Amino acid sequence: MKRRDPATFHRLNRRDLLLAGAAGVFVFAVPVRALTRPSLAAAILAFTGDAPVKESGVHFEIAPLVENGNAVPVKIDVDSPMTADNHVRRIALLTEKNPQADVAIFHLGARAGRAQVATRIRLATSQVVVALAELSDGSYVISRANVVVTIAACIEDLSDE
Amino acid sequence: MTRALVNVPKTATRGEIIEIRAMIAHPMETGYREGVNGARIPRNIIKRFVCKYEGEEIFSADLFPAIAANPFISFTTTATVSGTITFEWTDDQGEMQTASATITVT
Repeated sequence: MKRRDPATFHRLNRRDLLLAGAAGVFVFAVPVRALTRPSLAAAILAFTGDAPVKESGVHFEIAPLVENGNAVPVKIDVDSPMTADNHVRRIALLTEKNPQADVAIFHLGARAGRAQVATRIRLATSQVVVALAELSDGSYVISRANVVVTIAACIEDLSDE
Repeated sequence: MTRALVNVPKTATRGEIIEIRAMIAHPMETGYREGVNGARIPRNIIKRFVCKYEGEEIFSADLFPAIAANPFISFTTTATVSGTITFEWTDDQGEMQTASATITVT
């Protein structure tokens, strides 16, 4: 077996190392969050399970321009008589660009009387927010809102520590 | 855990739809933030909220880190009988905080 010239050996090694390094930098540069988070469409699909979704019957109250993304009031009101055989079973709140698509899933029943919930959410950036309701007959209704956020939540903010 | 605040009407007529509001003091740490030393602050959120009317579950919610700190939830229910409405919040550690309110239905 031929022995390698120490200089070549060294150069090859170094090149390999540089290549490995570059590959490593590339791998770690790909934002982990972007890979792990499903798209909004995928999140909707995960909730509805491919059932048809109607773009009506949901009143989604959220400010179109939000100053502070740390606490954004939202109110969802779904058109439903809320009777035993026709009511809202679940309401989901989903986001397009937060680190996670899910915000909340509310479980209701005919006893609620009205399909109305309100809460306060965090928005990491300007994006589309979706209110999605599952009705007792297995159909779905949806409402989308475009929200512009001036101070983002979740990621960089440490002011409330 | 800490303080919880619930708002239930003291009285209602039978069949009336009442609004219930519940809030709990909690940081809802997302797990996405970094502290001063660059270390990730571990996630600590309330992930489940349940409301029961005389023992029967009338409303529940699965919560995710995108719910603002000191989670506030409002919803409605139909007043059926006089009794107790209880509230349960469960956090990531499985620790549960409860609150309750009484309602008189006429």
